[in-house]
Amino acid sequence: MTAALRFDPIRLPEKCEQLRKEVRAFLAEEIAAGTFDPHKPNREDTDAPEFSRRVGAKGWLGMTWPKKYGGPERSFLERYVVTEEMRVANAPTRRFFVADRQSGPVLLKYAPEHIKMEILPRICRGEICFAIGMSEPNSGSDLFAAKTRATKTDGGYLINGTKIWTSSAHIADYMIAIFRTSPPTKENRRHGLTQFLVKMKQPGIKVNPIGQITGQYEFNEVVFTDFFVPDDHVLGEVDGAWKQATSELAYERSGPERFLETYYVLTELVRAVGPNPDTRSAEGIGRLVAQLHTMRRMSVSVAGMLEAGKEPVVEASIVKDIGTVWEQQLPHRVRDLAAFVEETATNRETLERQLDFAIKTAPKLTIQGGTTEVLRGIIARGLGLR
Amino acid sequence: MAESDNIVVETAEKIFADLADPQTINNDKKGAWQAPLWQALSEAGLPLSWVPDDLGGSGASLADGFALLNAAGRFAVAVPLAETMLAGWLLAQAKIASPEGEMTVLPASPKDRITLDADGLLSGRTRGVPFAKTAKHFAVLARGKDGVSVALVDAAKARIEAGLNVGYDHSDTVTLDKVQPVALKAAPKGLDQTTMMLMGGVARSLQIAGALESMLDISVRYSNERVAFEKKISKFQAVQHNLARLAGESAAALAAATSAADAIASARAFDDEVYLEAASAKIRCAEAAEKGGAIAHQVHGAIGFTMEHILHRYSLRALAWRDDFGSESHWAVELGKLVANRGADELWPLVASR
Ligand SMILES: Cc1cc2nc3c(=O)[nH]c(=O)nc-3n(C[C@H](O)[C@H](O)[C@H](O)COP(=O)(O)OP(=O)(O)OC[C@H]3O[C@@H](n4cnc5c(N)ncnc54)[C@H](O)[C@@H]3O)c2cc1C
Repeated sequence: MTAALRFDPIRLPEKCEQLRKEVRAFLAEEIAAGTFDPHKPNREDTDAPEFSRRVGAKGWLGMTWPKKYGGPERSFLERYVVTEEMRVANAPTRRFFVADRQSGPVLLKYAPEHIKMEILPRICRGEICFAIGMSEPNSGSDLFAAKTRATKTDGGYLINGTKIWTSSAHIADYMIAIFRTSPPTKENRRHGLTQFLVKMKQPGIKVNPIGQITGQYEFNEVVFTDFFVPDDHVLGEVDGAWKQATSELAYERSGPERFLETYYVLTELVRAVGPNPDTRSAEGIGRLVAQLHTMRRMSVSVAGMLEAGKEPVVEASIVKDIGTVWEQQLPHRVRDLAAFVEETATNRETLERQLDFAIKTAPKLTIQGGTTEVLRGIIARGLGLR
Repeated sequence: MAESDNIVVETAEKIFADLADPQTINNDKKGAWQAPLWQALSEAGLPLSWVPDDLGGSGASLADGFALLNAAGRFAVAVPLAETMLAGWLLAQAKIASPEGEMTVLPASPKDRITLDADGLLSGRTRGVPFAKTAKHFAVLARGKDGVSVALVDAAKARIEAGLNVGYDHSDTVTLDKVQPVALKAAPKGLDQTTMMLMGGVARSLQIAGALESMLDISVRYSNERVAFEKKISKFQAVQHNLARLAGESAAALAAATSAADAIASARAFDDEVYLEAASAKIRCAEAAEKGGAIAHQVHGAIGFTMEHILHRYSLRALAWRDDFGSESHWAVELGKLVANRGADELWPLVASR
C-alpha cells in the first residue's frame, strides 16, 4: 500500500470549453457595461444584486442541482469552469458564492422538501445570499467548542450566543449555523451540535460589522438574543452536526477560488515586464506559472472526483494547503520581481495598487476555510498517523 | 506499492519486486543485481517499449511507457531503462530500428549541440549524459545545414569521460569527433532539440514523482516505528505536519508529471499547451524533490544520512534527476519567456487550456 495520493489527469470535456467561451463573453459584456473593473480587486462589491441575478439567469448557479429545484443538472466540471473564470476576472461573486458552493448542497442533503422547494430555486436565480455560522469567539479551529445555545421550546428553538467572522452576514438573507443543542459527552466531544437554517434580518439578531486590515468590511459579529428558529429549520440530525459540518468543509476547500484570490498580481506582473523579460523576471514568472499550473491540475482532478461521487476530503485538504500557501506568497514574490520593472511600464500604477491590496489580503488566506495547521492534521490522519 | 491496471506496469513491477529490491541493491556494492535485472527487463521488451514492432520494439503506447517510468522511479532503479526508452523513441521518430542492449540519448542538456557536417559525420560535446559509460549505442539528435537529423551511433566511436551525478549514477561527458553513424535519417517535421528535452524532462519528472512516493511511504512507516520521548514520533504534531507537507509535495509532483505525460500521449503536436505541461512538470517535480527530500531526511534523523539506509537511493536520485534534460531554472526561464511573449492577457487562457 502506498501512502501517496493520486490526482488523475482529468481533462475538461469539450462542452466545458464551449461554456468557458460563454462565461468569458458574458464577463466581457459586464466589464464593458461598467458592472465591475477586473483590475480593481479592492472595491466594495459585497452587494451586486443585479449581477447575481444575471448570473442566475444564465443558469450558472446551482449548476449541479436537480431540475426540480431549479438546477440545470450540469457537471461539477462545468461548475468548475464557471468558478475559475469568475475568480480570474475578479467578478463580484460574494453575494451568491457561498450559497452556490456550500449552503445549497447542505440544504439539498438535509433540508425538508418544502424548504428545498422554496429556497433552492431562489439561489439558482441569484436572488439570495447566504452566510456560514460556524466560528465563535472561542471556537474557530476547534469547531466543537461552540457554545451558542439552541434551547428547545414550543415548535422550535431559542438561540442565544454569538457567532463571529461571519462573512457577508450584513447582506445575507439566510445563515446556515451550528448551535449547541446538548452538552458534549465524555466519549464524544463532537456530540451535541445541530445545524440550523436561520432566516436573517429579523428581531433577535444583531449584526455588528468588523473591519479588516484590507480596509474592507466583509465579516461580522452576529449576536442572537432569544431568537426563534422553527423545528422544520433543523438540518439533518439533532446533536449530530459534526459529520455534516466536516463534509460541508470539503466543498469549501477544493475549488479554484482556493489558489486564485491574489492571482491578478501575476497577470499584471507579466504585463509590466513586457514581451522580452530579463532572465530574472523570466525565471520568476516561469516558476510561478509552473506552480499555478500544477495546483490547477490537482484542483481539476478533485472536481473530477466530486463528479465521480467520491468524497476527496484529504485531497481537497492538500489542494487547499498548497494553494493558500501559494496565493499567500504570490504577492510577495511578485513584489520581489516587480522591483526591477521599468518606471515607465504603462500598468505600473495598477500593479502597485494591486500589490498593496494583495499584501494586505495575504494574511487571511491560510486561515479562512480552515487553517493550514488544521488541514495538515487532516492530511496526517489520511496518512494513518493519528 | 501502487496497484495498476496496466499490463506493462504490472510486468515491470513484478520484475522490480523480484530483482530490484532497494535494500538488496543498497547492500550489494559490486552491482551483481544489474545484469539479471537488465536481462529480465529486456526479455519483457520493456526498454524498447516506445519502439514499434517493425523497428524491433514492443510497441507499447506512450501512456504505458510513461506509467512504467513512474514505477521505475518508485524503485529508484539505476539501470538505463528510461534512457534506452528515450533513445528508442527518438530513433523511431526517424524510422530507425533499435539495436539490442543499453542505449542513451545525446545531447542530454539543452545548451549542448551535436552537429552534422556535409560528409554526414557527427561532432560535438555534451555533458551530463546519463549512463553513457554503460550504453552500447547512442541515439543522437543533430543539427546540420539541412535541418535536424536523428542518428544511431556506436558508443565505441565516442570519447567518454566518466562521471557520477549526485545520486552516484553514471553521468558522463561524451565527445563525438567526426563520427560516422550506424544509421542516419532526417527528423520528422516538428521534432527538434526542445521536443527531445521536454520528452526527457517528463520522463525524469515521472521518476522523481515515483521516488517521492517511496520516500513518503518509508517516512510514514518509519515515523510509526521510531519511539522518542516515550511516544512514536508519528504522534508529534510537528512530525505529522512535516509528513503532511511531504504528502503534498509528493502529490504535486505526481499530479504534474502524470498530467504532462497524459498531455504528450494525447497531443497531436508539441504545442504551447504541451510545452506548459512538460516544462511545469520538470520545474515542479524538481522543487518537490528538494522540499520533499529534505523532509524525508528530517523525519528519518541521522539514520537516513547513512549509506546503509535506503532513503538516499530515492532522495539523491530525485535530486540528481533535476539536472537531466534541463534543470528547473532552465525551464523556468524558458517558460517565463514564453508566457511574457504571449502577453499578460494570454496567460490565463494558456493555463486554463485543458
Ligand atoms: C476572511 C475570513 C472569512 C471567514 N469567514 C467565516 C465565515 O463566513 N463563517 C465562519 O464561521 N467562519 C469564518 N471565518 C473563520 C475561520 O474559519 C476561522 O478563523 C478559522 O477556523 C480559525 O479559527 P480562529 O480564528 O478561532 O483561530 P484559532 O482556532 O484560535 O487558531 C489560532 C492559531 O492556532 C492554530 N491552532 C488551533 N488549533 C490547533 C491545533 N489543534 N493544532 C495546531 N494548531 C492549531 C491555528 O492553526 C492558528 O494558527 C473566516 C475567517 C477569515 C479569515
